[in-house]
Amino acid sequence: MTDQSCFHCGIEIPKNEEINFDEKKFCCAGCKTVYEIFSLHDLTCYYDFEKSPGATPQDIQGKYDFLDNEAISSKIIDFQEGNTAIVSLNIPHIHCSSCIWILENLNRIQPGISISQVNFPEKKVRITFNSDLVSLKSIAYLLSSIGYEPYISLENYETGKSNVDRSLTYKLGVAFFCFGNIMLLSFPEYFEIKEFWLDNYKPFFRILIFLLALPSFLYSASGYYVSAYKSIKSRMLNIDIPIALGIIVMFVRSTFDIVMNYGAGFFDSLTGLVFFMLLGKMFQIKTYSFLSFERDFKSYFPIAVTRINQDTSEESVPIYDVLEGNRLLIRNQELIPVDGILISEKAEIDYSFVTGEAVPITKKSGDKVFAGGKQIGKVIEMEVLHSVSQSYLTQLWSNEIFQKKVVQKHKTITDKISRYFTPILLLIAFSGFGYWIFIDANTAFNVFTAVLIVACPCALALTAPFTFGNILRIMGKQKMYLKNALVIEQLAKVDTLVFDKTGTITTNKKSNIVYEGIPISDEDSVLLKNVLRASNHPLSRMLYDFLPETKRIKIDEFEEITGKGILAFAEKKRIKIGSAAYVESPDLDTSEIEKTALHVRINDVYFGRFNFQNQYRDGLATLFLDLSKNYTLKVLSGDNDGERENLEKIVPEGTELIFNQKPEQKLEFIKKLQEKGQNVMMVGDGLNDAGALAQSNVGVSISENVNVFSPACDAILDANEFSRLKYFLKLSQKSILIIKMSFVLSLLYNVVGLGFAITGNLLPLVAAIIMPLSTITIVSFVTIMANYFSSSNLK
Amino acid sequence: MSVIYLLISVSICVAVGFFIAFIIAVKSGQYDDDYTPSVRMLFDDETKNIPQKNNSPTEEKQV
Repeated sequence: MTDQSCFHCGIEIPKNEEINFDEKKFCCAGCKTVYEIFSLHDLTCYYDFEKSPGATPQDIQGKYDFLDNEAISSKIIDFQEGNTAIVSLNIPHIHCSSCIWILENLNRIQPGISISQVNFPEKKVRITFNSDLVSLKSIAYLLSSIGYEPYISLENYETGKSNVDRSLTYKLGVAFFCFGNIMLLSFPEYFEIKEFWLDNYKPFFRILIFLLALPSFLYSASGYYVSAYKSIKSRMLNIDIPIALGIIVMFVRSTFDIVMNYGAGFFDSLTGLVFFMLLGKMFQIKTYSFLSFERDFKSYFPIAVTRINQDTSEESVPIYDVLEGNRLLIRNQELIPVDGILISEKAEIDYSFVTGEAVPITKKSGDKVFAGGKQIGKVIEMEVLHSVSQSYLTQLWSNEIFQKKVVQKHKTITDKISRYFTPILLLIAFSGFGYWIFIDANTAFNVFTAVLIVACPCALALTAPFTFGNILRIMGKQKMYLKNALVIEQLAKVDTLVFDKTGTITTNKKSNIVYEGIPISDEDSVLLKNVLRASNHPLSRMLYDFLPETKRIKIDEFEEITGKGILAFAEKKRIKIGSAAYVESPDLDTSEIEKTALHVRINDVYFGRFNFQNQYRDGLATLFLDLSKNYTLKVLSGDNDGERENLEKIVPEGTELIFNQKPEQKLEFIKKLQEKGQNVMMVGDGLNDAGALAQSNVGVSISENVNVFSPACDAILDANEFSRLKYFLKLSQKSILIIKMSFVLSLLYNVVGLGFAITGNLLPLVAAIIMPLSTITIVSFVTIMANYFSSSNLK
Repeated sequence: MSVIYLLISVSICVAVGFFIAFIIAVKSGQYDDDYTPSVRMLFDDETKNIPQKNNSPTEEKQV
């Protein structure tokens, strides 16, 4: 920790602004207050686990008042019995061990809380409290006051208790239990020791093995029978058919062997196979529980809003109860949940969730305001035009693309191969049977079953899960989070890339500011910076950060005129900063008005304007140039084409640029490309891309902060890794290559095994060796290859 | 040698015992969060050496 960073949150403290308290330095009063709270309750251990772990508490006055509404809070609370209540709250700030510690010691700050338990991967805290002593509202405020603001959205309102599906874990446990015990009990059989007492106990061992195999056969493997049955029904031969067939034949033959006292059967191989395949399934499922890929507008929207009643009283109401004609009160930083008309004089609305546009839009009284915007600044009043479900943005979700639940849009590579595999396998089995039936009926039966047993495509079925599981983890470490393994196959097939402009290829973290006009002297620059310092308008803040660091001077007079600009006096100069009309800019031609700019006038001289241009992401030009070699590139934008010229300079020739696209049009655009047979990857960020993301073959959402906002998609990419998009595409193609290579390898095993089987020599011992050997080779092969490809540069 | 019946039955029983323990553990959600407990177990000492203050239920500031 350097001397100049805040003890609580670690932010660098600007000169002369530090607050000293208790021999510690703080960047603001908020951080200091949190420290005070903690030290008051002897909780300063918080700072021992991690350096500066905290977050500055936000000013959230009145934000959680809706929790007093019984109807709303009862929806959020998980459990209520007498005065004991349990609530799970989502806290995006949870990020380190200090967070866990402080949240699990909440009971020392707030009496009434008995237990609080953190689930770190899900970023949730589960609080058990006494509802007579403390209310949900005060818990929310307490958490906010210590910098752990809970995130409560409309989603919490609807979802009941979600049941976690643990059946795979049970199945795996059962399979492992059976497999391990059968292996132990089969040991005497492997060595064929002709010893009197071993022979004596053979039936006992075999009956035990049979009994132990039952749960594995009936329960653990049940998924394969169901899947095989479904695939026969839909006339799509998938990999589960030969697997199910192999397992069933193996079981029937082994039972027969034991009953007729021919041998020990293949129960060891059977249970081993089931276990390894379930293990592969488990490995493939890598979930990022702190991310959500299924988000719709519900996770953005607040759960309640303040309504102004006829008698001017204010009341928190659930959002679904908001009706046309109601008057709503929207506070600073609150989301506008419905379309409506602005009643207050002025509003600054930030549509960055919706469009990715960083600069807020100014609305005047009587203007239409759309749902999804965030109010910045003063409290505003608005009148509702449409209810939630009928608002402009939410209507996008009534599009059919969001309605149908597509389980699987395409055939996986494994299924494609098994379409040939299954008929060939049956052909070999029957021809072997046909050949032997004339020689010896008993051998014919043995050969037939042995073929189906040994050819059971265990290694084949393991290839894809282990390759994709590995790739999924490798990408996850590099901040590309995929929804599931199927996305990798889709990524490899993509041939057309469609990018959204604002927020996706531009960053909304900073704007590129260019000054045009008469040069500003150093003295005036100092003046400007000091004037801007007092303003809270986002454009002023951006310009303030852009201007060089200076000394502080006193501003004699300061006035901020909402929606217009700033008027200030300092050092006997009159400074006006603001819109073109306000500053009386001499050049008011129309083409320039579309650009976002701040104009400057000092005394009576018009100096010029600071233009805010889109800042494209680093490495964009290189990335586009690289990608254009292998992919068709297109840029879709909801904005007007004011940026066309700038953009054309960056993107390679032949890139299609389409402007003025509404969310529905974006969706239609993707659909049209797909009808032409193209595999489309959509890269977007805001809610307005949600339709296009859902429609596309692969929807990738770019997120500045992966913990918070991203629309429903197949993959979430951290914005800092944007320039590595090509790497991820390449890696997914390599993973398909790995799968193909290991398919060849596993087919070799099958050929060897078939050699034994068709000649009638498949002993249980041979099967017991081939099966795990092939599994281990395949698993290690794909793991090594996946890691090799991910670390090589992939030129 | 008939003791082998007994021995094997006992060993299977032990195995089944562990298996049941596993099922109970999964059912109670112990495998849902595999990270937090590993951090939590390191905290115990830190909280003990601080004297508990149960006296004044301090009114929380609501900013």
